[in-house]
Amino acid sequence: MAATEQTIKQVNTLGSSDYKYGFSTEVDEIRPPKGLNEEIIKFISAQKDEPEWMLEWRLNAFKVFNKLPKPQWAKLNIPEIDYQDCYYYSIPKSLKDKPKSLDEIDPEILKTYEKLGIPLKEQKMLSGIAVDAVFDSVSVATTYKKQLSDLGIVFCSISEAVKTHPELVKKYLGSVIPVSDHSFAALNSAVFTDGSFIYIPEGVRCPVELSTYFRINAMNTGQFERTLIIADKDSYVSYLEGCTAPMRDENQLHAANVELVALDNAEIKYSTVQNWYPGDKEGKGGIYNFVTKRGACRGKNSKISWTQVETGSAITWKYPSCILQGDNSKGEFYSVAITNNMQQADTGTKMIHIGKNTSSKIISKGISAGKANNTYRGLVNILSKAKNARNFTQCDSLLIGNQCGAHTVPYIESSNSDSMVEHEATTSKINEDQLFYCQQRGLNSEDAVGLIVNGFCKEVLQNLPMEFAVEAQKLVAISLEGSVG
Amino acid sequence: MLEIKNLHVSIEEKKIIKGLDLSINKGEVHALMGPNGSGKSTLSYVLSGKDKYEINDGTIDYNGKNLLELDVDERANEGLFLAFQYPMEIPGVQTSFFLKTAINSKRKYLGQSEMDALEFAKLMKSKAEELNISTEMLKRDLNVNYSGGEKKKQEILQMSMLSPKMAILDETDSGLDIDALRIVSEGVNKLRNSDNSFLVITHYQRLLNYIKPDFVHIIADGKIVKSGDYSLALELEEKGYEEMSQTA
Ligand SMILES: Nc1ncnc2c1ncn2[C@@H]1O[C@H](COP(=O)(O)OP(=O)(O)OP(=O)(O)O)[C@@H](O)[C@H]1O
Ligand SMILES: [Mg+2]
Repeated sequence: MAATEQTIKQVNTLGSSDYKYGFSTEVDEIRPPKGLNEEIIKFISAQKDEPEWMLEWRLNAFKVFNKLPKPQWAKLNIPEIDYQDCYYYSIPKSLKDKPKSLDEIDPEILKTYEKLGIPLKEQKMLSGIAVDAVFDSVSVATTYKKQLSDLGIVFCSISEAVKTHPELVKKYLGSVIPVSDHSFAALNSAVFTDGSFIYIPEGVRCPVELSTYFRINAMNTGQFERTLIIADKDSYVSYLEGCTAPMRDENQLHAANVELVALDNAEIKYSTVQNWYPGDKEGKGGIYNFVTKRGACRGKNSKISWTQVETGSAITWKYPSCILQGDNSKGEFYSVAITNNMQQADTGTKMIHIGKNTSSKIISKGISAGKANNTYRGLVNILSKAKNARNFTQCDSLLIGNQCGAHTVPYIESSNSDSMVEHEATTSKINEDQLFYCQQRGLNSEDAVGLIVNGFCKEVLQNLPMEFAVEAQKLVAISLEGSVG
Repeated sequence: MLEIKNLHVSIEEKKIIKGLDLSINKGEVHALMGPNGSGKSTLSYVLSGKDKYEINDGTIDYNGKNLLELDVDERANEGLFLAFQYPMEIPGVQTSFFLKTAINSKRKYLGQSEMDALEFAKLMKSKAEELNISTEMLKRDLNVNYSGGEKKKQEILQMSMLSPKMAILDETDSGLDIDALRIVSEGVNKLRNSDNSFLVITHYQRLLNYIKPDFVHIIADGKIVKSGDYSLALELEEKGYEEMSQTA
């Protein structure tokens, strides 16, 4: 049997039961009734003890949301979402009054993170990585807080930052992704629950990786992540987010807004390993991952680099983008998107060149298996003032089996004659002779596929922080187990 | 070790191997020579289990097992090794990582634990030195931008690290320079023992000066038309295939 065939067969025999993070945690929840309305927004705001201005901001966003149509541009088959049939807030009762120390946290929740490989207890904390753990709608705990605050670095949940650093939140929240950008952005602005807030002061190089681990646990509950990262002049930060959710038959919504701001000479490296539950092989259940991520290179010589490994979710819709305002600023986008079985992904980036000598680089690797569809959609827009702007784009697609699809949709707009845009794209099927060669050396068909696909993705994976690169390689192989990868 | 009886193989309806018998015992080295297109590589692929070949008739016994029932990786892990005529490039996969993965696949199959990183590094270093392969080379992606001869040496490195029971060398000598030919042959000879066997496919008697075969077979049009000892290779060199196949 051909290796591909065999892998596909294996994929088919594997149910969703192979999703290793599919367990759920029994906790008592505080959860207002289903439905999206002003009452629920007021409830969320009150639960979080928010100041009046924050509530006003949310209510205004809700008004905007009601006026906006659903985005239409993606090549996705998105079932109508009934916003009224969804819970917007769910937190474990034990976390209602934010625990002062880990001893006050429900041991079940601590156990959950330990099972996910993210121990929060001091003795077991991951070295070199500070973690903010978000459970449904609330941040559970943030590690390494003291060490970071000694450097003037603020790393906390966004809910906390609203109260402790209102001037920064007011100044930057919604400044990169305007509330009116599109309907998911507006929805998130109205009902966002938790996420991380990071401020790196001038001249500081953050000595550890900062990371957030998002976990969806409650049923029928949307998770509305809001993250804001500000790198002040001459600073540097590397941030990583990870995501998992239990296996459930119904679809759940994760609609995130992530905003990054880099001032003069600052650099932000943002990495994502997204492994939300993808649904079973018939396409039942799974997370709808509708994410708006945008970074503004406001200062001169600033740099924002997005690296993403997208293996999970039933539907992924995300375009981490860079607005290159500062002269000489740089934007990068490195992406691996794997779709298997019935998964759909429409992902890519936007690079908006505004300042002089701005440059951007896009490396996208799409892998499809099973009956999945994978689209790269990217925009490179060079405005008239962006003298001497540069872009390089490389999009490679790999197909495993005969029933999947790969699509590349590049948009290039240039209003500037001395700019340079290069675009390369390839689509290929996984090479049977390579698979045979690997198997002749003793690798089983799954390992052979994993090895070849990891090689295909190397340029992207090597951009991940060291600590996560190995995990990501395993994840690439595992997610193909269920489809070809 | 290996017992092929009355083997008939076709690909896409085309008959390639037409009644081939070959028996290789433990500790023996067999050379297989024959004109282009006579079915030598086809035989090596069938033995290693490549897809798309149709076995129309015949049996292959490998150490008491029906070889044709085993998957490609099972055959490999049971000690069957093919040094490819045209080795594959695997972009993005470091050569040393590939070697480690291959070794650990076999160990896993045999129920052994993974090889310790230090032990592996030592083994790789010593084997690579024997074959005059630089450490720089091992850091590059497997076979990517390797020269023809470098690829062949890489095959022999993999072979010596996996120490197979039954190794098939498909024209490993083609593309090697004179020094490399000697080094590679020494590598093969070092591996030879009373427990393993080799099937050496070649067009040139010169290789057989280095790797002395116990038997030489001539294949033509999918059948073995003549078998003998080392002197057959010398005779062949003199007379050429045409005459030899006719006298058969
Ligand atoms: N996929 C295929 N479809 C049709 N014919 C094939 C296919 N693969 C091999 N053949 C044919 O089978 C025959 C035997 O090929 P094979 O590669 O085994 O020859 P060989 O003895 O190894 O030759 P060489 O000395 O040139 O390496 C050739 O005629 C070849 O064209
Ligand atoms: Mg051949």
